[in-house]
Amino acid sequence: MTDTSTQSGPMLAADGTPLKKSLARALRLQKMRALALIAPLLIFVLVSFVIPIGSMLFRSVENGSVAETLPLTVAELQNWDATSGELPDEALYAAFTTDMVAAIEAKKHTRLGSRLNYEHTGMSSLFRKSGRQIKKLDPAADAPFKDKIIDIDKKWGDVETWQVIKTHSVKYTNGYFLNAIDMQRTVEGAKAQPEDKQILIKLFQRTLFMSMVITVSCILLGYPVAWLLANLPARTANVLMILVLLPFWTSLLVRTSAWKVMLQQQGVINEVLVWLGIVADDARLVMINNQLGTIIAMTHILLPFMILPMYSVMQTIKPTYLRAAKSMGATNWTAFWRVYFPLSVPGIGAGSILVFILSIGYYITPEIVGGTKGVFISNRIAYHISSSLNWGLAAALGTILLAVVLVLYWAYDKIVGIDNVKLG
Amino acid sequence: MKTKLTALAVTTALVAPAAIAEEMTIVSWGGAYSKSQLKAYHEPYSEKTGVTILNDDSSAEAVAKLRAMDEAGNVTWDVVDVVAADAMRLCDEGLAMEIDADTQLAAAPDGTSASEDFGDLLVSECFIPQIVYSTTFGYRTDLVGDTAPTEICSVFDLDAYPGKRSLEKRPINNMEWALLCDGVAKDDVYDVLATPEGQDQALAKLDTIKDSVIWWSAGADTPQLLADGEVIMGSTYNGRLFSVIEEQKQPVAMLWDAQVFDLDGWIIPAGLSDERKARALDYIMFATDTQRLADQAKYISYGPARKSSAPLVGQHAELGIDMAPHMPTDPENAKNTFLYNYEFWADYRDDIDAKFQAWLAK
Amino acid sequence: MADTESNDAFVEFDRVQKSYDGEILVVKDLNLTMPRGEFLTMLGPSGSGKTTCLMMLAGFETATHGDIRLGGTSINNIPPHKRGIGMVFQNYALFPHMTIAENLSFPLEVRKMGKSDREAKIKRALDMVEMGAFGGRRPAQLSGGQQQRIALARALVFEPELVLMDEPLGALDKQLREKMQFEITNLAHNLGITTVYVTHDQTEALTMSDRVAVFDDGRIQQLDPPDTLYEEPQNSFVAQFIGENNTLEGVVKEINNGLALVELDDGELIDCKPVHESVKPGARTRVSIRPERVEYNKDRIQEGAHTLKAVVKEFIYMGDIFRTRLSVAGNDEFIIKTRNAPDVERLTPGQQIEVGWLPEDCRALDA
Repeated sequence: MTDTSTQSGPMLAADGTPLKKSLARALRLQKMRALALIAPLLIFVLVSFVIPIGSMLFRSVENGSVAETLPLTVAELQNWDATSGELPDEALYAAFTTDMVAAIEAKKHTRLGSRLNYEHTGMSSLFRKSGRQIKKLDPAADAPFKDKIIDIDKKWGDVETWQVIKTHSVKYTNGYFLNAIDMQRTVEGAKAQPEDKQILIKLFQRTLFMSMVITVSCILLGYPVAWLLANLPARTANVLMILVLLPFWTSLLVRTSAWKVMLQQQGVINEVLVWLGIVADDARLVMINNQLGTIIAMTHILLPFMILPMYSVMQTIKPTYLRAAKSMGATNWTAFWRVYFPLSVPGIGAGSILVFILSIGYYITPEIVGGTKGVFISNRIAYHISSSLNWGLAAALGTILLAVVLVLYWAYDKIVGIDNVKLG
Repeated sequence: MKTKLTALAVTTALVAPAAIAEEMTIVSWGGAYSKSQLKAYHEPYSEKTGVTILNDDSSAEAVAKLRAMDEAGNVTWDVVDVVAADAMRLCDEGLAMEIDADTQLAAAPDGTSASEDFGDLLVSECFIPQIVYSTTFGYRTDLVGDTAPTEICSVFDLDAYPGKRSLEKRPINNMEWALLCDGVAKDDVYDVLATPEGQDQALAKLDTIKDSVIWWSAGADTPQLLADGEVIMGSTYNGRLFSVIEEQKQPVAMLWDAQVFDLDGWIIPAGLSDERKARALDYIMFATDTQRLADQAKYISYGPARKSSAPLVGQHAELGIDMAPHMPTDPENAKNTFLYNYEFWADYRDDIDAKFQAWLAK
Repeated sequence: MADTESNDAFVEFDRVQKSYDGEILVVKDLNLTMPRGEFLTMLGPSGSGKTTCLMMLAGFETATHGDIRLGGTSINNIPPHKRGIGMVFQNYALFPHMTIAENLSFPLEVRKMGKSDREAKIKRALDMVEMGAFGGRRPAQLSGGQQQRIALARALVFEPELVLMDEPLGALDKQLREKMQFEITNLAHNLGITTVYVTHDQTEALTMSDRVAVFDDGRIQQLDPPDTLYEEPQNSFVAQFIGENNTLEGVVKEINNGLALVELDDGELIDCKPVHESVKPGARTRVSIRPERVEYNKDRIQEGAHTLKAVVKEFIYMGDIFRTRLSVAGNDEFIIKTRNAPDVERLTPGQQIEVGWLPEDCRALDA
């Protein structure tokens, strides 16, 4: 049997072990050493990138607090038909009292109130206020509870209150994602938010649109600069390069505030225009606290991210290509358009991806100069992270943003090809 | 000899961390406000106890950061200065510890209990108020024409006061003012605002001036906009306006009408070690006594939260002017005031904020 | 200026000067006329001005002074794309984002040629360089030699009357280079195009060209057919630069019957052919003797040859020839080449011999 396998089987090394195995063993040490070398980076990426993103994805669906705080109630709610319009029976109120007394002891009831308040206005104070009363009840001795609880706050006698609790009692919810696209989770399934609360889809659209405008204006402004950088003599190019990099060396806040000073109605540009008589004193231009302000300030801030990849790609375009084109009869414009420009497209692609992805996630600049129409979805994410503490919704918004970026990246790969992206 | 050395080493090893531990991190808002706390509280406290106080200007993100710290299981802050609404939220989230005013705070010099001295201002079990501040309007005296505005509804009167005004980019306060100026009685404001119709009514009123509003998100914005002449009037915290008027001598005046009282004070994060908790409580007992609260008013124009401190408010430490007339609580200024309803906003904040943002984006 | 000349002068440089910085002249005084159909090579070390001349002709550099004429008309003010000159670049400059066919199509498209015409011409050009099957590939998928052929085809596809080549074979290995030299010459002659070829490789220049212009120091040092250039160098630079050369230094004693008597630095007297104008009695001179014109076999030294004593320093067996380094008249680097024939003696280092050459193979040039 061994004989036949030697003949028809895999190649063997001198000692009779299969060659592949032998090779793998020989390479193992090498591989381990290579792995050890990249281990710090790997760990860093894991800790600073993979884990946070993973936890964001998890948080956008995680919804344990109702079931953890009110376990008996949630179990009991399974027996209640939420669409019947009837109040739940005594068993549920008893279970609820037991849960609440334990939760109040652990000071968890108010936290649940804040959680449910995102879905239904008034839950926060309902839990906080009722807590002070329910605390006094004894789950073992004070039955029946239904009337007592409703007595404490008449909202406990509202079918809607129990519907909200039941709707959001699942351990993993699509509720945050529904909220993120201006919908809500209800007993009857997903429903659109009332029109006067629909804001997030609009902000997503605006974010994408504005990011595209910013990307395009970065291309238009950055291309000639990158071209100059790549074609000027080294010394002049270095000076220009410092000018390009200068914005990188000042704080984002300072740069944005500087734009405020420049663009506001009593600002430098308007003053100069009025002084020159181009603009009437009572018709000063509104260039800030709107979309224009956001576009101007963000184009300025992100311009280096466009110029640098363009520049490093243009540097690799040999001047002989242009000469060759001209020697074959192409005018300056044709030579540029048919030869130079297509060769510089990888730089434009790399710059555009950088600028677009950066601007999609921008937050400080739109907040300061964006007014009401120049704010981005990230401003809402920041609001939900730091003010409303609705981290689940923030995570869902962030996840959608991440997905949008990935989809665009995929589309870019399909259309232009990611091999055509060069940072230099 | 050798044993002696080891013993010494062990002693130092034991003593050293204790010495390092004699410090605490206090979180506040930064700027002039933190400076007033440094002068009135931190410096005398350090002198008295030898505890080193580290400052962290993170109050604006305190709630989110405390929640993150709590999740990570490593709370590094000892005492945190927050507004009352944030304190309630932290209390609800279980992120701040409850403090009993009568047993854990100093009584007034005349023996009045702390809870009585603070009175209604103890809006949350976790919160020890420190100052009363107000959100109110300032206006450019040179840009509002001959008749200076005297009442809140001037803000909504574009005919009499054409020009830009700055408002905070959130519904709180703006919605109340809008209803007040749309004919709703002061006592009914929150009842009206609790209904969708009332919310629409407030937004409709705001709609009348929407094109003339610059929305701010940082307390320093309005003072800067006023100084630059970008707006003719704008809302902000009264202390900021004090500094524009009295320190920078800008042509700006206060419009005290319908100022909205709010509170700022201390919380202690939940889950501190006993040692740190004891130190934090000791600090708070010191920093919120009658004299300390009155001292803070020497540096900034916010009213002390204790009734017993009011008579002790003196002159500004540097400018030498009487501070009492600049306090939001001064009877002349407080003729028509509005008390921010914490309970209401804790419930309606998420809902109205979404509507407000949708309205803004329209 | 001279209408009669311009009839057979297709390309003409008339007192052309070029300076980049206003201080140094890179091209000092260039006069050159080329008839239609000629294959002319500009040969010289780097920095000698040959590439600058080519670029001026192509229109990528402007002459600081003087006139460049093509077919009798001055092209100084004609932009490169209107000159109709085909060009092959050092690194081919094939457009990497286009296929081979698109590369070839480019000059035809900018000339607004119809699609069917274009395709026919592209096919012909590709067949001409034996690359007919490669139209759909990208330049990066081809080998260096193949890219070279495509570059050539692209320069020729629009049928220019003049083609410029800037060191086109520099990046190829020796074997391929030799093959391509042959092919390029054949193509140029078959198509009857006028070619200006720039190289620093003298073998390339000698094997390919009708005439070679040797550049140095911004001037043409000598312009002649390859054989003349090799056998009758007009000055020391050309003698040194073209082929291998032995130099002996000395002073001219007298000139008699068309022969110069030169006293070498070690006192030996030899007769030489005075070539350079500076060769006058009393002047210093360099004497140039080609290694293959020196004999040491007594039987082979011809009558009338001049003989000198020599010591063998090194003997190298190279197969077809022997290469021997000698010490002659104080020059330790004196090289002789001898064909490997059965009757040739193989020398050993240290051996004392006598070497000889004919006075006409010994050229007295400038010092």
